[in-house]
Amino acid sequence: MIRLIYAFVLTLFLILIPLFGVGILGLTRFFSIVIPYSAFLIFLAGSILRVLSWVSSPQPFKIPLTAGQQRSLQWIKSSYIESPYNKIGIFMRMLLEILFFRSLLKNEKTNPHVSKWLLFTSNKRFWLMSILFHYSLLIIVFRHLKLFFEPIPSIVNLLSRIDALFEISIPTILLTEIIVLVCIAYLLLRRIVVSQVRYISLTSDYFVLFLLLSVVLTGILLRHLFRVDIMDVKRFALGLFLFNPYIPHFVGSCFYVHLFLVSFLFAYFPFSKLVHAGGVFLSPTRNLENNSRTIRYLNPWNYPVKTRTYDEWEDEFREMMKEANIPVEKEDRKI
Amino acid sequence: MKKEIPPQMNLSPKDENWMEKKAEFKKGTYCYGAPLKHQNYLGLPNPREWQPHSEDWNLPENWKDIILQGMKDLLEKYRSFKLFMDICVRCGACTDKCHFFVGTGDPKNMPVLRAELLRSVYRRYFTLPGKIFKKFAGARELTEEVLKEWFYYFYQCTECRRCSLYCPYGIDTCEITMMGRELLNLVGCNIQWIVEPASNSFRTGNHLGVPPSAFKETLDFARDEIEELTGIKIDIPINRKGAEILFVAPSADYFASPHWYTLLGYLMVFHEIGLDYTWSTFASEGGNFGLFHSYELMKRLNAKIYEEAKRLKVKWILGGECGHMWRVIHQYMDTINGPADFLEEPVSPITGTRFLNAKSTKMVHIAEFTADLIYHGKLVLDKKRNDKWVITFHDSCNTARSMGILEEPRFILRNVCNNFYEMPENTIREKTFCCGSGAGLGADENLEARLKGGFPRAYAVNYVKQKFGVNMVACMCAIDKASLPVLLDYWVGGVEVCGVHELVGNALVMKGEKERVKNLRGEPILEAEKNEEDLR
Amino acid sequence: MKKIYDKGKTLTGLIIFVVLVSSPTWYNLVFGKGNYVPDLKVEKNGKECVKRTSYMKKNHMELLKVWRDEVVRTGNRTYVREDGEKFEISLSGTCLKCHTNKQEFCDRCHRYVGVTPYCFGCHNIPRETRK
Repeated sequence: MIRLIYAFVLTLFLILIPLFGVGILGLTRFFSIVIPYSAFLIFLAGSILRVLSWVSSPQPFKIPLTAGQQRSLQWIKSSYIESPYNKIGIFMRMLLEILFFRSLLKNEKTNPHVSKWLLFTSNKRFWLMSILFHYSLLIIVFRHLKLFFEPIPSIVNLLSRIDALFEISIPTILLTEIIVLVCIAYLLLRRIVVSQVRYISLTSDYFVLFLLLSVVLTGILLRHLFRVDIMDVKRFALGLFLFNPYIPHFVGSCFYVHLFLVSFLFAYFPFSKLVHAGGVFLSPTRNLENNSRTIRYLNPWNYPVKTRTYDEWEDEFREMMKEANIPVEKEDRKI
Repeated sequence: MKKEIPPQMNLSPKDENWMEKKAEFKKGTYCYGAPLKHQNYLGLPNPREWQPHSEDWNLPENWKDIILQGMKDLLEKYRSFKLFMDICVRCGACTDKCHFFVGTGDPKNMPVLRAELLRSVYRRYFTLPGKIFKKFAGARELTEEVLKEWFYYFYQCTECRRCSLYCPYGIDTCEITMMGRELLNLVGCNIQWIVEPASNSFRTGNHLGVPPSAFKETLDFARDEIEELTGIKIDIPINRKGAEILFVAPSADYFASPHWYTLLGYLMVFHEIGLDYTWSTFASEGGNFGLFHSYELMKRLNAKIYEEAKRLKVKWILGGECGHMWRVIHQYMDTINGPADFLEEPVSPITGTRFLNAKSTKMVHIAEFTADLIYHGKLVLDKKRNDKWVITFHDSCNTARSMGILEEPRFILRNVCNNFYEMPENTIREKTFCCGSGAGLGADENLEARLKGGFPRAYAVNYVKQKFGVNMVACMCAIDKASLPVLLDYWVGGVEVCGVHELVGNALVMKGEKERVKNLRGEPILEAEKNEEDLR
Repeated sequence: MKKIYDKGKTLTGLIIFVVLVSSPTWYNLVFGKGNYVPDLKVEKNGKECVKRTSYMKKNHMELLKVWRDEVVRTGNRTYVREDGEKFEISLSGTCLKCHTNKQEFCDRCHRYVGVTPYCFGCHNIPRETRK
């Protein structure tokens, strides 16, 4: 539980930084320009370096995890996605994994106290919440593109309109606002309530959730309570990406908190577990074909080792073999 | 002494800071250290007499530097390792998938935590946040306690890969455990049950240390036994140059029970189809305990198979029923000791089937081979001879999750017996549960851990025993055949274990055989019918 | 410099990544509208606005919502500002006096920031606006 508290305090501290910096010290230029630019740079360079560090190590062996029948005899139906033997199979396996979290969908719970015979029950709730969580985040990011693109691509507007399906209140309460909050709450509660997950959770696991929660909450506040001049915000956003920075005038401290937390999230990304977003593409148990007996896989550092050769071996056992009438390679020099 | 099923499992760990909890070496849960002479024979680093339960492990002076340097090397060699250190989000999908966690309730047996044992040290010495924020970033100093903990938990993982199936990023605890064991080996922390067989295998050619003369004797004995059972005197070629096929099986098949009956099964099939093959006294072991130790040892032990195939001038290689042997052959052999360009693409001499899936490695699994024979009607089979058994099939971790050979054995089973029932679907095929003794953990001194780890498997067997009256578990793994009888005897009772080819041998109608009254175990073939006849 | 394995795939992936995260820059460069700031047309026909500009910029939707509720739910057509100043609650009668051109005022800004008020899904656009 102490880890949860650390994470919470750390998040509060992060929120206080822009409140103090802008609210009291008035460092608007620093928080609206320096921080976002540095965060973005760290994010970009950090992510690239992280991926490069992964690929600077070779994958020495072909170790796919086969979750289905191999391709062997022609009359046995092989599972080309679960035990892929070619690039199409790999593509499908990765696609299902990345878009639909297929492995998570297989999740089942082991029941410690069973009255029934079955020790295992299907557990799709975690999959459902995870997928809702990730897609909500994606849609939220996508919605924000209206601030960065001029003219706004119609797909972004369409998506925003779908998100506003319920037409409750003005400005409309969005579906993703609700879903993402519910999901974060679920993920956080899961870490606190489920003893197994609580046991394995580190400070950073709670921290990421608190950070996301505060980003989402400040975002919601900006939309519904502490509104800002959105035109001014767009001008600011476009200015950043066109290297023509503009300091927004008609925004409050809530905006700066939101901006700072998002910046922090980006800068934190390459150094945290959030890199799973890129790492999943490289996972060797998923992205390699199960054809290691069909096509030889090469290991770049395959070095020669000291083996025991047949000759060495026979030298030790030759007499014994001859006695037992086992064919030998060399008759002994002299008996 | 039969145990209640289910036992009171406790899968809810109590709150504690696992980073500060030491590993407790309780008798019955860990394996003994490797004897010095075998460490020396293999030339392992920092050899010494040593036991895990002693306070002082006599680690080399600079053990910490060795480990950290070793870790750095492994990170540079294995992308899998580097990636798996970075991308875990501790979602908890794997927690209750491990048979050791289910059986022992020890939270450090949760796969994610097993990896965190290494990850915490990785963070401390190889990542920026870990170096700066130390324990706030989930990082931990490498201490002797941590090393002991590594030893305890990396030798309480059977590298079965079940958790990886459920991981959304495919993080493979088997890789993690392999890395952990590589590191432990660097400072001379090895276990007897791995190093001794490995050293035997290096010296004599097989894990059991069977010298060539005894190898021949035992095969002669098998020949006599088959003659007694069938009235047919078969020929068992050994080290015969120019044979078409080299046959390699795990050594337990010719020296342990119930493996022995599987051996009889192979021999009968080979005789019946008139296979042009040979055994080898040098490559008298398909299994490879090096896999459970280090990359280098695996490669050293595996080399003899291709070397012998080359010396005997065979065309291709056929491999017997074994689990980890097939992990090595399927996923490693060609890479580490190939290319096998001196061999030919495997073609069944009986059916003409080309084994395209093995065209590079040139080694075919006997289940693929036999399934092909049966499919083409090359074997005359009398299923009734297996009628005294109600059979279920246990997929071995390695062949299921690292090879995907799922249908071949089932096809064979359906053709050699009448009563075949599957265990619950969460416990078979790719979701199969380990026997609890794989990856070199089949020792006697850790029996408690083995029995606990094997519990989920036993539970599933008990389920089909109650439901369908199952009394025989068929499998294709030498470790299974050795460990499942003990396990099932403890948790279930009244269920025996056999290899797939034992059942094939029973059902096989051989040309010129005498009336078969006994099965390969020397028991009456049909107990029920016999009794009826006796009554009349 | 360390050796990079799987160069092709890695570079493709990284290029896609960089293209995606830099999309605001090149998109706006391609369309050349990045520096566009909508020019909002207002005619000074009436008295001062109901609220200050800075308030209206952020919260006009809030005021419109309050006005709608007053008229539709309580039938009250008079709005009293904090300082006692009275206004007739009417979109066409009050607001549109100055903000005569929907296209060049409301729509222009709404389009710029990607807002689609759902009012006009059912209601007609007031006749008084000169489109």
